[in-house]
Amino acid sequence: MSESPTAPLKTADGVSLKTSLRRAVRRSKLKALLLVSPLLAFLLIAFLMPLFDMLWRSVDNPEVSTALPQTSQALADWDGASLPDEPVFAALAADLEAGAEARNLGLVSSRLNYEKSGMRSAIMGTARRVDTLEAPYKTALIDINDDWGELATWRVIKRESSPYTLSYYLAAVDRQYSPDGEIVAVPDYMQVYVTLFWRTFWMSAVIMVMTLVLGYPVAFLLANLPLRHSNLLMILVLLPFWTSLLVRTTTWIAILQSQGVLNDMMVALGIIADEARWQMIHNKLGTIVAMTHILLPFMILPLYSVMKTIPPSYMHAARSLGGKPFLCFRRVYFPLTIPGIAAGGILVFILSIGYYITPALVGGQSGRFITNYIAYHMQTSLNWGLAAAIASILLFVVVVCYLVFNRLIGVDKVKLG
Amino acid sequence: MTQTLEAAPQTQAATDSACFARFRNVQKSYDGVELVVKDFNLDVRQGEFVTLLGPSGSGKTTCLMMMAGFETPTHGEILLKDEPINGLPPHKRGIGMVFQNYALFPHMTVAENLAFPLEVRHLSKAEIKQKVQRALSMVRLEEFGDRRPAQLSGGQQQRVALARALVFEPELVLMDEPLGALDKNLREEMQYEIKRIHAELGVTMIYVTHDQTEALTMSDRIAVFNDGVVQQLASPDTLYEQPENAFVAYFIGENNRLRGEVTELSGERCKVRLDSGETVFAKPVAVAEAGARTTLSLRPERVSLVREGSHDFENRFPAKVQEVIYLGDHLRTRLAVCGNDEFIIKTPNADGHTVLRPGETVEIGWSSADCRALDA
Repeated sequence: MSESPTAPLKTADGVSLKTSLRRAVRRSKLKALLLVSPLLAFLLIAFLMPLFDMLWRSVDNPEVSTALPQTSQALADWDGASLPDEPVFAALAADLEAGAEARNLGLVSSRLNYEKSGMRSAIMGTARRVDTLEAPYKTALIDINDDWGELATWRVIKRESSPYTLSYYLAAVDRQYSPDGEIVAVPDYMQVYVTLFWRTFWMSAVIMVMTLVLGYPVAFLLANLPLRHSNLLMILVLLPFWTSLLVRTTTWIAILQSQGVLNDMMVALGIIADEARWQMIHNKLGTIVAMTHILLPFMILPLYSVMKTIPPSYMHAARSLGGKPFLCFRRVYFPLTIPGIAAGGILVFILSIGYYITPALVGGQSGRFITNYIAYHMQTSLNWGLAAAIASILLFVVVVCYLVFNRLIGVDKVKLG
Repeated sequence: MTQTLEAAPQTQAATDSACFARFRNVQKSYDGVELVVKDFNLDVRQGEFVTLLGPSGSGKTTCLMMMAGFETPTHGEILLKDEPINGLPPHKRGIGMVFQNYALFPHMTVAENLAFPLEVRHLSKAEIKQKVQRALSMVRLEEFGDRRPAQLSGGQQQRVALARALVFEPELVLMDEPLGALDKNLREEMQYEIKRIHAELGVTMIYVTHDQTEALTMSDRIAVFNDGVVQQLASPDTLYEQPENAFVAYFIGENNRLRGEVTELSGERCKVRLDSGETVFAKPVAVAEAGARTTLSLRPERVSLVREGSHDFENRFPAKVQEVIYLGDHLRTRLAVCGNDEFIIKTPNADGHTVLRPGETVEIGWSSADCRALDA
């Protein structure tokens, strides 16, 4: 060997081996890329772009800086210690006049109203009378609306004149800026989201545990029964999986409602009195029962795929070495199924915290998830920024769960069958 | 078909009291329609190495699983030291077992694997440590206690599995094709290793394999299984040299078969007319009377080329050389003899041996004592 082992290898014609390898595989790489390109394009347009658009909306804050450009600029040098000087008021008057003419003050007034109630009427009221304004604008504006004489009003405008804002995220965790610009909790009666986040998380955890408890024995049977029986069982597991989600959810309503199948049966059997029918739906119980049922296959299938790979000889070996059946299960079988438990658990948990239809239908007021409020802000209140902020927090939690899982177990363990 | 259930003459010396493990009229059926094991009887003496040998599906593994307690006999009794153990769960039998794919617990280190049977027996920590170390040194893996099974080679895993089956000092160890997954060299090495440990510990072993070489090298006695029935139970040399039926002759070692009909039967010799018309003298083993169909079994190494002035054989036939395969130490020649063109002879690659060429015709011969007339 004349060449040192570290020297790059070359092919017969003197081209480096790496280059010629790259050349050789380029064609097949191109072909592969071409084959997946329709899907990539679809994902880009239908998934990635809307996703980033939503993420962007959670911090995007264009209203003040575009609708009140002169005011924003004039406030840039303001120290916030006392009321701004005449030029700032003059700038506001000019902005409002331009805005009234262009009729584009709606967005900025509701945007500022999120931060400080009364801002909508202050802006819209002033804009209606902006023709009558004359210098000095400071006193004229304060005459029209007292809010212009408050330090807090100007602080809000200055803060929100930045093109980016954290206030949606603060609102999503029941926080807000105080008039002094500090982050404080919103009043008790307005606190909604933190409770909802926690409820979503703990109920998802309960659902995950329930699916595990119910699914583990089924997965064990699936993996260990003779093929003929296990195929039948597999069909029983998959059948609801293929049934419409809405059908399954509404079936639970029919079963669990106070005039429903279960209550009727218990009344007929004399277990409960007719007047004391159980409230099992439109509350947390309803959500947990329905979602446990719906998500069960997502626990069973990864468990099954892991259990299928555990040969019976492990348990045989453990038994022949003198272990009692339960001890063998605990020391040998169970540890080997942990990847399946983790895979099923993460799958059910992630799916569960993002679930929307089922909690909306069977959750009532107390069994709703945070997702139902995302929908509310998207469809009813039209506060898309807040919806985007809540959704981003959920996305963040999911990504963290995924990363932790991938680190501890490895994402390749998630297999459905 | 002959059912040879008694032990061969030279092993019958064992008295009943020395019998360690015993299958008595054991039958097993999985579906209630077919018997996988039909009337299995076996006495294993203390310290003996008994192999259950047979093709796959012959019922040998089922017998082992019944001894271990993972299968229940449909009929019959299994005794361990004269105690019936039919109803005893596997963990109370105290039988060590080595599985085909090792069945080492992948989430435990080698030392933890070995400690498992000791922990479930509530031994003290110090005792466990000492026994694990001793077991590891017995299989020469002292340095590997902290590794996971996946970090070991196949042969090392096999040795760990062996050590684990022995570490709690069982008196009986069952092995279910333990060397099946190893390559040839390693398999031979492990065969000697297992033999060495068997001799060292004096433990009783029941070994299941479908590999006849393995069975011949390792066993004190071999039970040849086919179709749920023991065809012959004997020591390796008896099995090879005196097969009692056509299946055993075919299954153990290489074997030339010639089919025909017994025409004369007289004590140590019989006359057989082959289907191709020739007459052969043979030793009657499993033929009842003249007129019966028979398969003649002839080991390739017992057939010689007839040369000028050489020993006169009772059976001499012309043979056409079909193929010569060079195997280094010997030559394997395929001939067409008496209408059988799969007739094999082995000639040692000795100085001055006759060189055969395909197409040429030679004369071969064998003595009637080497030619066993078995069942058809």
